[in-house]
Amino acid sequence: MSVELTAGVAQWLRRIGGAVTGAASKLGFASRFLLAVLWHTPGAFRRMHLTLREIYFSGVLSLVIILMSGLFVGMVLSLQGYETLKRYGADEQLGILVALSLVRELGPVMSGLLFASRAGSAITAEIGLMKTTEQLAAMEMMAVDPLARVVAPRFWGGVISMPLLAALFSAFGIFGGYVVGVRLIGIDAGAFWGQMKAGVDVWPDVTNGIIKSFVFGIAVSLIAVFEGYDAKPTAEGVSSATTRTVVMSSLMILALDFVMTVFMFRGASVI
Amino acid sequence: MSIPAKPSSSRAAEAIAACRVDPTAAAVELTDVSFAYDVRPILSGITMTIPRGKIVAIMGASGSGKTTILRLIGGQLRPKSGGVCVGGLSVPDLEPEALYALRRKFGMLFQFGALFTDMSVFENIAFPMREHTELPEELIRDLVLMKLHAVGLRGAAHLMPAELSGGMARRVALARAIALDPMLVMYDEPFAGLDPISLGVIGQLIRRLNDALSITSVVVTHDVYESLKIVDYLYFVSEGRIVAAGTPEEVHASSDLFVRQFIDGAPDGPVAFHYPAPAYREELFADVG
Repeated sequence: MSVELTAGVAQWLRRIGGAVTGAASKLGFASRFLLAVLWHTPGAFRRMHLTLREIYFSGVLSLVIILMSGLFVGMVLSLQGYETLKRYGADEQLGILVALSLVRELGPVMSGLLFASRAGSAITAEIGLMKTTEQLAAMEMMAVDPLARVVAPRFWGGVISMPLLAALFSAFGIFGGYVVGVRLIGIDAGAFWGQMKAGVDVWPDVTNGIIKSFVFGIAVSLIAVFEGYDAKPTAEGVSSATTRTVVMSSLMILALDFVMTVFMFRGASVI
Repeated sequence: MSIPAKPSSSRAAEAIAACRVDPTAAAVELTDVSFAYDVRPILSGITMTIPRGKIVAIMGASGSGKTTILRLIGGQLRPKSGGVCVGGLSVPDLEPEALYALRRKFGMLFQFGALFTDMSVFENIAFPMREHTELPEELIRDLVLMKLHAVGLRGAAHLMPAELSGGMARRVALARAIALDPMLVMYDEPFAGLDPISLGVIGQLIRRLNDALSITSVVVTHDVYESLKIVDYLYFVSEGRIVAAGTPEEVHASSDLFVRQFIDGAPDGPVAFHYPAPAYREELFADVG
């Protein structure tokens, strides 16, 4: 009995050890992968047409979902915000509520989550399928480094697209808030825009929002290209990698958002 | 024959010194090569010579380690022990830069073509030219059309890979493999999944291109009849070892049990029909006591 118990404990310890070693190994590989991608960055910008193509696929083709989501989020925000502000007789503050919520938090976070689902998953699936169909191996055998030709342009395409998408999300959200607040509910347009203009600062609000979206862009793009490159070359492997990209990117965005918010808005009235 | 890649560093010079072959005699030489994935052995003690200008086939059942040999020659894998020399260079000892310089002299046809699906047939063949040369666009156009003409698909230049049949995709991949006039072309299962006509076309193309361009060809395949028609020499690999070798005539006349089983397609023989398992009777009646 004690022999069986010892064997069971040993197996359990082996499993934990294996999991820890596997995780550490993957983290190390991901770090080396990031360095390799950064190393190939000048090459990606020299072949600018490749990066521009990826900006089109990751950015331009994500516009519809980003703009529509931004519009509806702004509309709901305006509706809910008005109901709350009205209780305190502060309904004219609706503009500042909508703008700050979008520019500081919802714009970067929501567009990051949408970007991970639309573009991040597509990047992982594309690179994973290229690996499965031996296109990456063929490139290597033609003395063309896939990191330079395939991975780096997609990484930078995502990093560049993300802040622009977040800015457009916020802009359409504010427009949605205006339509509901001013056009439907009937808040004074001057108060809506005036409060917003007076209450939103460029540095602590807009710039920090842009920084957040830039960081989210790096995180999502890195996870997407890494998972695709590291995917098992099978249908199931690509499917799992795509799922991991969406799940890990979403969690990473929310965790990074909390950390950055702590540092960025520590002295502001929101905390 | 192309000149072997020039060493870019002292390490590359050491790599040449480590190669025990005479670079003028053989294009590829594998000496006592062993390879394993983690602890799972794939190849053990493989020694083979691939002379310049010849077509050499590496034959064996699925999973016997044939494709691994190609990956070792191409430097995608490093052997656990033994030497892999290509054009007088020790491939495992090359630095990435020198390895890439050597690969520019390679062409490789993958099992299913591995064409870039986001590029047209024309762009696929122009790809290595654009990556490695500064040729003007007009010249690239002419060269691509010449390569496509050589494989009979000049009229398919505008098609996308998804619009090609399996045989056509293989021919386009072949045109891409010879785009830069390589010294060595490696074929990974070039006949797999093809109809008889496409199979014959690919076989003849391999022979004709090899002779016309004075290249060296390594064909990994399990298609006995098509290979025997076109190759100069064959190696038979089983469970990671070379079990037989010879010219097509020698193979035809061979009484070696493995070679006979392979040529006759016999289900049982040196390559057993049953995967290793406990005795049938014991396993069936294990619960009976």
